[in-house]
Amino acid sequence: MTKIIKLKKGLDIRLQGKPQPKFAVAKLPSNFALKPTDFPGLTPKLAVKVDQEVKAGSELFYDKYLTEVKFTSPVSGKVVAINRGERRRILEVVVEANGKNESLDFIKANPLTLSREEITKNLLDSGNWAFLRQRPYAVIANPTQTPKAIFISTFDSAPMAPDYQLILKGGIEEFQMGINALSKLTEGKVNLGLDAKVSNNIFQNIENAEKYAFDGPHPAGTVGVQIHHIDPVNKGELVWYVNVQDVVNIGKLFSTGKYSNERIVAVAGSQIKDPQYFNTQIGTTLKDLLADNIIGDNNRIISGNVLTGEKVNIDTYLGFYHSQVNIIPEGNDQELFGWALPGFNKFSVSRSFFSWLRPNKEYALNSNMQGGHRPFVVTGQYEKVVPMDILPVHLLKAIIIEDIDLMEQLGIYEIAEEEFALCEVICTSKTPVQSIVRKGIELMIKEFS
Amino acid sequence: MGLKNYVAKLRTNFEKGAKFEKWMPVFESFETFLYVAGETAPKKGAHIRDSIDLKRTMSVVVIALVPALLFGMWNAGYQHYFAQGIVDAGVWLEFSHGLFKTLPLIIVAYVAGLGTEFVFVYVKQKEIEEGFLVSGLLIPMIVPIDVPLWMVAVASILAVVFGKEVFGGTGMNIFNPALLTRAILFFAYPTKMSGTTVWTSDYAKIAADGQLADGITGATPLGDAAAAVGNLDFYHAKWSALDSFIGIVPGSIGETSVLMILIGAIILLWTGVANWKIMLSVFIGGAAMGLLLNTFATTTNPYMALPWWEHLIIGGFAFGAVFMATDPVTASQTEKGKWIYGFLIGFIAILVRVLNPAYPEGVMLSILLMNAFAPLIDHYIVKGHIRRRLNRVKVKQA
Repeated sequence: MTKIIKLKKGLDIRLQGKPQPKFAVAKLPSNFALKPTDFPGLTPKLAVKVDQEVKAGSELFYDKYLTEVKFTSPVSGKVVAINRGERRRILEVVVEANGKNESLDFIKANPLTLSREEITKNLLDSGNWAFLRQRPYAVIANPTQTPKAIFISTFDSAPMAPDYQLILKGGIEEFQMGINALSKLTEGKVNLGLDAKVSNNIFQNIENAEKYAFDGPHPAGTVGVQIHHIDPVNKGELVWYVNVQDVVNIGKLFSTGKYSNERIVAVAGSQIKDPQYFNTQIGTTLKDLLADNIIGDNNRIISGNVLTGEKVNIDTYLGFYHSQVNIIPEGNDQELFGWALPGFNKFSVSRSFFSWLRPNKEYALNSNMQGGHRPFVVTGQYEKVVPMDILPVHLLKAIIIEDIDLMEQLGIYEIAEEEFALCEVICTSKTPVQSIVRKGIELMIKEFS
Repeated sequence: MGLKNYVAKLRTNFEKGAKFEKWMPVFESFETFLYVAGETAPKKGAHIRDSIDLKRTMSVVVIALVPALLFGMWNAGYQHYFAQGIVDAGVWLEFSHGLFKTLPLIIVAYVAGLGTEFVFVYVKQKEIEEGFLVSGLLIPMIVPIDVPLWMVAVASILAVVFGKEVFGGTGMNIFNPALLTRAILFFAYPTKMSGTTVWTSDYAKIAADGQLADGITGATPLGDAAAAVGNLDFYHAKWSALDSFIGIVPGSIGETSVLMILIGAIILLWTGVANWKIMLSVFIGGAAMGLLLNTFATTTNPYMALPWWEHLIIGGFAFGAVFMATDPVTASQTEKGKWIYGFLIGFIAILVRVLNPAYPEGVMLSILLMNAFAPLIDHYIVKGHIRRRLNRVKVKQA
C-alpha cells in the first residue's frame, strides 16, 4: 500500500487555456541553444569556439568550479553564436543543426549491472548530469557527494501544468531504466511522489523506488514539499531530485547509448489558440514551438509556469528544466478605481472582491501587479499556502536581515522559489518573495563556500 | 479615455528633470487612488497576482466600520434629545444631529492625518502607505462626541508621527496608532476624555440651561458599574443588557452598538481581512476573567458580580476586540501567538476595568500593553518552532 500524505494548505488557481490531451510534433528549428543562465549559481567556462563542429552530446561549456559537470550540445551541427550580456556574461551558446543527428557514443548497458562510478561518469560525459539537482539550494548536484536519498515528483500541480500520466504513457520503460540508474547513486532510497487523485497511476508499478501519494492543492506536486513530508533535509544533509521527463532521458541514455534530450512541452494559457502538447527537444526556439498559435500581441511569454517561470522574448530558447510554456496577457494597462470596484471578475483568495460568488470561475489573468509594493502588514496569509512546518514570513525576514543562523534554524535548506511561489501570488503587500528566497540561498552558498 | 490622458499629461510635470520632480511621490499617491497602476510582474517570479492590495484591505476595514459609525451618529442624536427628556424627536432629526456633530470630527481627522502623511511622503520620497485610511476613521469613533475638534487634529497628527512614522511607517509600528493617541489624549486631557459630561452631545449646555430630564446623569454604563456601592441594583435598573447590546447608551461614538460591531466583524471575517483567532480569543479572555471575578465577588466591589457576559457587551470591549486587537501590524504574527495575544487582551481588559478604580475602561490599556508584548509572544513561539525542527534530527538519530 502506498502511503497517502494529505495536505490541506495550498491553492489551485483555475486558469483559462489548460493544455488539451492532444499531441503534435513541433517543427524543429535550425538553431538550438543552451543557456548557462538556466542554472542558478553556475559559472560557465566555454569549451567551444564559434564555427566549431559539434555532435549531440559534445561539450559546449562546463562548470568552472566542478569541471567534470559538462553541458552538451542538443544536436549535431556547428556553433554559430555565443551571445553575451553585461560584463561579458555568457547568455546563450547557439548551435546550428546540420540535420544529420550525429551523436557521440556513451555507455549502453543495463544500469543495474553498472557501478556507481560508471553511472556517474556516463551521466557526466553525456551532459545528462545537469538533470540532477540538489536540495538544499536547488542547484546542480555535486558529483563528488552522495545524497541520502533521491526524489522525483511524478506530477506537477502548478496551474496549466502538463499531465505526466499522458506524457509518459509510452515512456514508462525508459522511466524505469532511469530510476534503476538513479537508485545506484544514493545510499538511501529513490522516492517517488505520486498524485493521490489519479487512479491506475502509471508510476504505481515502478520498481527500485519507494512510493508516496500526495493529496492536496498546489504546491503538493513540488519536490520540496514532498521531501519535507517524506524525509526532510536537516542541516548537513543532502538530497537530489530529477524532473520526470529527465528521468526518461537518463533511461534513454542507458538504453541507447546516445545523448537524449527529448521534451514534451505543454503550450498553454489564455492567449494560446490551441493549448496542447508538443514533442520537441531541449534547446528549441520558442518561435517554432509557438508558431501561429498566439492570440493578440500584447502578451507575456513565460518559459515555465505562471508561478515560477521566466518572462522571455519569443526569439529565445526553451528553459532547460521547463516542461511548459504559458502565454498570458501583459497587464500593463491602468484601471480606473480598480481597487475600489466590487470586482466580480477579480481573482483573489480573500473574499474582498465579489468574485467569491463564483468560486469555480476560470480566470484569464494578466501580469499586472494589482497594487503597489508595501512593507509586510497582513499576517497569516503565507501560512495558508505553504504546506510545510515552516514559518514563511519569519524565514523571509531572516533572509532580509541576512541572519545566517536564523535562516538555517527556520529552514532555508528545505525550500526553493517554487515552494514559496504562491506566497508571492497572494501577498497583499506585493512582496518579491521568490527573489528574497534566491537571495537567501545565494547568501548560504557564499557563506559555506 | 480623456481622464487617463489628462493624468498622463499631468504626470510629465513630475518626471525626473521636470519642474516638480520632488513632488513625484505625492503625485503618485494621488494617481494610485485613481488608477491601479499598469505595473507588471518582474521578469522572474510569480507572473499572476491576487487582486488584493493594501488599499483594498483598508477599504474593507473602513466599510466594516460604517454600520457602527452610522449607528453611532444616530445614537449621538438620540442621547442628545433623551437627556432633555425628548423621546419622539424622530430618527432623522436624531441622526442629523449626530451627523453634524460627527462629520467635522471625521473631516478634521482625515485632513490633519493625511496632511501629515503627505509631509512624510514628500520627505521620504516614497508613495503613500494606506494605513491612515483606517486610523483616520478609528480616531473619531473612539472619542466622546463632545471632544473639541483641535484635540482630534492633535490626535491625528500624533497618530501619524509618533504612532507610525517614527517607527518607519506603515507595517513598522509597535503600538496601534489610533489607540496610542487616544491614550495620550486620555492622560493629557482627562476632563475632555472621561467623566460624566462628555458622553452626551451638548451635555454641558443642556445642564447649564437646566433642561436635563429627571435621572439623567451623563454617566456611561461603565461609569455606573464602577461607581456602584454595595450591589448592582441601581446599575441593573438603569441599563438593560438589550440596550447595551443594541447600543442605545452613552459612550464613545462608534463603540456602543455591539450589534453593529458584530456586523462589521462578519464583514472582516468573511472577507478574510481580520483574524478570527484574535477576535474570538479576546472574547474568550474577557469571559474567563469575568467568570473568575464572579466566583470571588465581594460586596466591597460589587462590580465583580457583574455577570461575565455583560462585560462583553458594555464599553469598548467589542469594538476593541473586533477593530483594534486585530490590527495585524501590532498583533502577534504567529498563528499560535494570536491565541495567547487575544486571550490576554480580553483577560487584562476586564481585570483593569473591575479592579482598578482609576480607569473605568481597560480595553484601551490592555490592547496597548499586549501590543508591547506581542513581539515577546512571537519570540517564544518561533523559539519553540526552531526547537521542534531541531528535534527532528534527534528523533532520527535515536
